[in-house]
Parts: sequence; structure tokens; C-alpha cells
Amino acid sequence: MSKIHVTTKVNGDEVEFLCDPRETMLDVLRDHLNLTGAKEGCGTGDCGACSVTVDGRLVCSCLMLGAEAEGKEIATVEGIANGEALHPLQTKFIEYAALQCGICTPGILVAAKNLLEREPDPTEEQVRYWLAGNLCRCTGYDKIIRAVMDTAADMREAS
Amino acid sequence: MALDKPGEDYEGRTSYTHVGTRVDRPDGLDKVTGRAKFGADAHAPGMLHGAIVRSPHAHAKILKIDTSKAEALAGVKAVVTRADFATGLEGEEWNVLENVMASDTALYDGHALAAIAATSSLIARDAVKLVEVEYELLPHVTDVDEAMKPDAPVIRAGQQSKLVPEGMHPNVVNYYEGGHGDMDAGFAEADLVIERHFTTEAAHQGYIEPHAALATLGADGKGELWCCTQGHFIVQKTCAALVGIDTSQLRVTASEIGGGFGGKTTVFLEPLALALSRKSNRPVKMVMSRSEILRATGPTSSASMDIKIGMTKDGRITAGKGVFRLQGGAFPDAPAGMAAECSFAPYNLNAVSIEGYEVMANRPKQAAYRAPGSPMAAFAVESVVDELCKALELDPIETRLKNASREGTKAAYGPTWDRIGLVECLEAAQAHPHMQAPLRESEGRGVAAGFWFNHGGETSVSLALSEDGTAQISVGTPDIGGSRASMALMAAEILGIEYENIRVTVADTATLGYNDVSHGSRVTYASGLATINAAKDAVGKLCDRAAQRWGIDPEAVIWEDGCAKPAGPNAGQFDPMPLKEITQRMGRTGGPISGHFEATPEGAGVSFGVHIVDAHVDRETGKTSIDRYTVIQDAGKAVHPTYVEGQFQGGAAQGIGWALNEEYVYGEDGRLQNTVFLDYRIPVASDLPMIDTVIVEVPNPGHPFGVRGVGETGICPPLAAIANAVSGAVGVRMTSLPMSPPKILKALKEQ
Repeated sequence: MSKIHVTTKVNGDEVEFLCDPRETMLDVLRDHLNLTGAKEGCGTGDCGACSVTVDGRLVCSCLMLGAEAEGKEIATVEGIANGEALHPLQTKFIEYAALQCGICTPGILVAAKNLLEREPDPTEEQVRYWLAGNLCRCTGYDKIIRAVMDTAADMREAS
Repeated sequence: MALDKPGEDYEGRTSYTHVGTRVDRPDGLDKVTGRAKFGADAHAPGMLHGAIVRSPHAHAKILKIDTSKAEALAGVKAVVTRADFATGLEGEEWNVLENVMASDTALYDGHALAAIAATSSLIARDAVKLVEVEYELLPHVTDVDEAMKPDAPVIRAGQQSKLVPEGMHPNVVNYYEGGHGDMDAGFAEADLVIERHFTTEAAHQGYIEPHAALATLGADGKGELWCCTQGHFIVQKTCAALVGIDTSQLRVTASEIGGGFGGKTTVFLEPLALALSRKSNRPVKMVMSRSEILRATGPTSSASMDIKIGMTKDGRITAGKGVFRLQGGAFPDAPAGMAAECSFAPYNLNAVSIEGYEVMANRPKQAAYRAPGSPMAAFAVESVVDELCKALELDPIETRLKNASREGTKAAYGPTWDRIGLVECLEAAQAHPHMQAPLRESEGRGVAAGFWFNHGGETSVSLALSEDGTAQISVGTPDIGGSRASMALMAAEILGIEYENIRVTVADTATLGYNDVSHGSRVTYASGLATINAAKDAVGKLCDRAAQRWGIDPEAVIWEDGCAKPAGPNAGQFDPMPLKEITQRMGRTGGPISGHFEATPEGAGVSFGVHIVDAHVDRETGKTSIDRYTVIQDAGKAVHPTYVEGQFQGGAAQGIGWALNEEYVYGEDGRLQNTVFLDYRIPVASDLPMIDTVIVEVPNPGHPFGVRGVGETGICPPLAAIANAVSGAVGVRMTSLPMSPPKILKALKEQ
């Protein structure tokens, strides 16, 4: 089966790759582009560990084919920090211990950042429903929700 | 709360500089930036990808496996079957091999029969479909009670232990009994006796990270293995045996681990990847899909239980009897004995009788899941205690206090408790505002206690000081909950240097002596104790160097605030000598300074917890929502309180899933029906409230700082606490988990 040539942008950088038509965007990120921050927890779009944004829209990269990335802008967890400066969500997640094993953290950070870009002042209920597509088995979500709410408050204050 | 006298190991300190602070975790940056390397994130030059051929049948004789078409597919480099593994294994090693690669019979849906390595994972998966297997179907059984009936199909003959009472079905492979006192007299003394039958379904640990391994093994018998595991030393030992090489020739490195909860304490992919690598002479990477995880790794046991408890009008328990039948898949070792032992642990009883039956069924080999056996046992016992309290109009916490186990109480399984914190937990529950909050309509409040043994286990730790006065610590227990931070905090306390100046590494199997798995809530206790003692070993050597420099006796030097000091005025007048001053000269004063400690500590110190939950039931849909949740648990001493809270909250959340929703659903054909997260639904953020925590600190006499493990106890009370809340809300005693909407609607209908 011949491969498909794709040109796309990942975290602001132009990239090209050849992918099998069956390969998902997650396969491409992890196996071709060496960006292993996005994780495969289920491969069926249920766990959100592979969350990325595509042209600003939150997507499970395991449900998107690599070939669909042509001409898009993809953002992954690797692009959240600006050089050595962490995003406020990243700092708060460490401070609040909003992660235990950390496997769901990349997806949750991508999703939470996307939420705060849309809704700078979310209610607890909004945060819980927005993150309902991101499974975490360690924390019971308590510290994650608090970290997101408090980051939102800090960012509102700073802006 | 340092109330207690020093114990055998407990030092009785009243204040700490580092222990008890909420520092940032050392792996935090890596984990929020995506660069932490988990199991599936490794890559090797020339690497192949593996995939597994699995049985679609619950029970079938394997007549023939034809791999010729798969082998002919371009890109396929190796195929292995049982013939490629060691022969002559016995006991648990044989069981593990049989589970990861079937010999002549497929024992459950998903049982591995062959594995393939190819140049891409797509080719490997295509090749799996080309393997032709001829089966002869055999009758199957997946339910624990059905598996014990006289006409049940025999899963594997000859597995029954001599302890099993005569006349029981061959699927009953082991039996446990314990207790003390006169049961008849106990029940005769009671004003009310309640007897009930309970069932729980199997639940999966549900770690988000799939099992993954990257293996290299040559014909010279030397291997390298990278995998996500709770214990790389047991992986080393088991894999070496299964592929027939010397243990020392296999170096295993533990990746960052994306959750385990007991499910990553054994091997699944690792020996297969090694065998494929040996055959292809290339590195082989294998990663499980979610459906493979659910079908073929170890969930916890399903259980069938009978409980009988007698109580006087004033709330004294006069006798308790429990029978626990746990299904462990097609293998022995279901935690029936542990279920029995944990069941009545919160109660000081004059008459108690406990029995456990390990039962085989056509399901995957059960694996540990957070306090294996205890949550279901607590569900059964605490439900009956709750029912007795309701019937006799007694306060549930007051009644538990009246009967509570304390220091000196003899447990049903034999030991007499040392210092324990159950009473303190119950008192904290009684005083908690949650208990006074009003309930709304169709809402119930449940209370339950839970118990876990905690574990010590084989442990070794090495600590090396650097010239600049910093320290590096090698531990052999994978960090599943922030233990690198806890180790550094404990070492900082002894060395008297800053937390930031210590780096803790999970060392590979070639670098450190044997360490048991990160299980049994043992890491902060046992690796912590070993870290403290390794640091003390180094401190002894630091004092020696100072003594040498001052020209005084080593016994005349003490260590305080990170400095060597003369022990008193008689020792001489010298300025305190900081650690850094000694390490800067160590090369010239006798060489590098390191500290070591190896032991199998026995003083883990049992742990109790009490949960309070408010649950609301929608009488139209049968859906339960958890409105409020409070966890109260004895941590002995919380080394990092935030992580302790995290363990409490995580245990409660897993318990909520198990109580309300999660279950293995097998069809008539013996196949697992819910093999993706959409159908095996674990709690999501919108399902849960905030989970309040209260850390009780009753020091463990067996640890220098009083630490008790905290990882597992948190999942012991929730099934019961939620069942008690839901039973209160619906007005019907719920005796079967999960309490999914159809079951609740049925109960409401029958009301």
C-alpha cells in the first residue's frame, strides 16, 4: 500500500511526513514525528490521553487519520510551554499535585488550556464536563479541578 | 499528633524540618511537558513491533496452530508459540507462563496463543489475522457460584490443594479458615441476628497506560528489557525463568509508570517480547490495546459472600461469621484468604469465624487490585453492620466505636494488634461536619470502615554523596504515587540538607540489590525505612571523617542540622563541620562516601480508614449520584500530605466506580462483552464531587518516623459506604455490586 505525503504544522513548526492511510494522527505524532507527549490509552476516543488541538479545536488524535492533517495546525502538550517558561496550568498542576502517575496529564493540560482559551471564568461544573472526556484513574479529579479553577482565577487577575 | 511513646523502630520525634511539607515532585516538570518516558515511549534502532494471537473462545482445546501464512507475509520476522519458552517450570512460574502463552488449552476469552514480530505494528496486526487455529470447544463457566456446582466443567484438574474440604468441586483450588471463640454462644447472646448473601463483580484496575515493553535478547542469553511495571526485579526473575536464561543476564529498567494499582505486579508482554527478540535477533516493542488489557490482563476477583452477624440491643456485636468465595480466573491464588482476614478486622470480637474459597473460572488470571480481597469483604460485613444499626436504631459510628479494634485486640486471623488508629478515625468521623449536614429527599448517608494489612517486603536502597554536598539515592521500587519526593524528604531529614539537593532515581536491576514490587502500600514504609537507614549509614561515615580530622573518637561526634559536631564539651572544642565540607575532601580522606541498607522490614503497621458518603438516587432512572464524600484515614505520619490526600481521593474514586458502574460483563458464550472504556466505564470528572480528606496520624511503631502505608486502605470502605448510602436512599438493602441503574430500578420495583 503506498504512503501518503502530508505537509502540516505541529506546534508552529512546518513538518512533512509519509504515512500509511490507516495510521492515526496519534501514530504519526508518536512514531514518525517523535512527539510522544500525546499518549494512547484506549485508541477509541474514550480516554482523552491523546488530546491535541487541530486548528484550535480539541480532538482525540487517535480518532483522526494522519492524512487528515494536511494543511492544518496541530498543537500538542510539547508546545504548551514557551521555552523554559511553563504555562500557568503546568506550574499549577505541579504545585497542586494534580497528577500522580502523569499518563493522563498531557491530554488534560491540552484540554484545560483549550477550555480556558474559550472560557476564562469557568464554573466547577463547566470544568468537570469539559474534562469528562479525559480519564484519570489516580486522582479522583479533585486536585485537577482545583488546579484548573485556580489557574483560571490567576490568569484573569494577571490579564 | 506525636502522642505515642517510641516503638521498636519509631523514634518519637515531635517535629520535622522536611517530612510533612508539600514540596514539588521531582518528576513534575517532565510530566507536565510531555517528556516523561512511559512504557510505550521507548524506541530502539532496528526495532520490530509485536502483536498477539488470542483465543476468541472461553474454553477450547487447541488442536493446531498454523502460522505459515503469517510467516510468509512480507515484513514478518518472527513468530513464537509455547514451544519457544522454557519447559519444566513449576508453581507460580508455570502459572504465569501458562497465562501469557497457552500450552494445549485456551482457558479464557483473550488467552494468548502466539505472538508475531514484524517491521511495523500494522503488518504485525495483519499477520495475526493470518494465523489459523483449530479449536475443539469445551464447556465453560465464568460465574464463581456456578463454577463450584457439582456439574460445572472442570477447568484444570489436579490443582486442588489438600486444605480444600473433601467433596468440593475440583475448581475449588484452595481453602482458608480462621477465627476464635464459641460461635453458637455468641449468636445465642444476640438480640438480633442478620444473615445475608452478597455478590460483587470483577473490576479492572483501569490504569490509563497500556502494558508496554521493549526487549532485546540475543542468542548469547543476554537481554535488556524496558517496561512499565510496579516491580522490575520480579519482572527480571520471572522473565528470565520463562525464556530460560540466568536472572543476572537480563537487565530490566522500569519506565515511568502510568498507573498500576496492583495490575502491573506481574508479566504479560515482557516474556513474549523477549522470545520474539531472541528469534528475530532484533529489538521488539509490544504495546497492548485497551481491549487486550480488559480481556487478558488481571482484573480483581468477582465474589460471592455470606455474612451472619449478631448484635445486642445496645449495639454490641456478639458474633460474626463470613464465608468468601472468590473467583481468580483459570488459575489459583484468588485473594479469598485475604478477603476473609480483612472482613472483620475493624471489630473486637469474642466469637468470629472466617472462611475463604479460591475458585477457578474461565476468566483471565486475576491480579492484585488495591487491597486485594478487602473491599468486597468490607462491603459485605459493613452492610450487615449498617442494617443491624438501622434495625436497632443505633448510631453507626457510635456502634463501631463500641466494638472497635484497638491496641491489644486479637484479630480473627490471629495477630494481636499493636498501636492502631481505628478509634481515632471513627472519632474524627463523628466530629466531622459532614455527619451533621442535612440530607435532601432520596438521598442517603453511608458510613463504613475498612482495613488493610500493609506490607514490608525485600528492600534495598543506596545513597551516594557528591563532592558538592548533594545526594543521590537509588531505590528499586517504581514510583507510582510520588515516592521519589517522599524518599528525598526523609533523607533530607536525616542528612540535614535541602530537599532540592537530593535526587532519587528508580535504579535498574543491574544497579541495585533485589527489591520487591511497589505493592502492599509498602514503598513509603519500606523503601522509606531503607532510605532513612541508608542516610544514617552515610551519616556514620561522615562523622568518622570529622572525627579523623579533629583527631577525636568517632563516638564523640554527633550529627545535627547537617553538620558534624563534638558530642559535648568533653569531646573538644570544634566548629560544626557541614556535610559539604566533608564531601569536598572525601577523595583525600578515605574515598567516596555512600550509605546502604538492605532488609525485609516486618513492621509495616496495619491501616484503617472510615468513609462518609451522601448518595442521591434518581427514582425514575435508577441513577446514583455521589453528592458528598469524606475520607478519613490513618497515615501514621504523612510524609507528603498532598500525596497522601491524593491516595485517599484516588482510592475513593476507584471505589465509587466499582460500587456503581464498573463490572466485567460476560456473554453466554463466555466472551467479555465490554472491552473498551466506553462500555467499561470508569468515573469521569463530571461523575464525582470534590473528595474531602482527613489525615489521622497515629504513629506506626515499626517505622522511624511512624509512617504507615496509605495507598490501598482508601479503596476498602467505599463499596460498603456507598451501598449503605444507596440502601438508605432507596429503602432497600442493596446486596449486589455494581449498583447500576437497572439493579436499582429492579430493587425499587420489588419494594
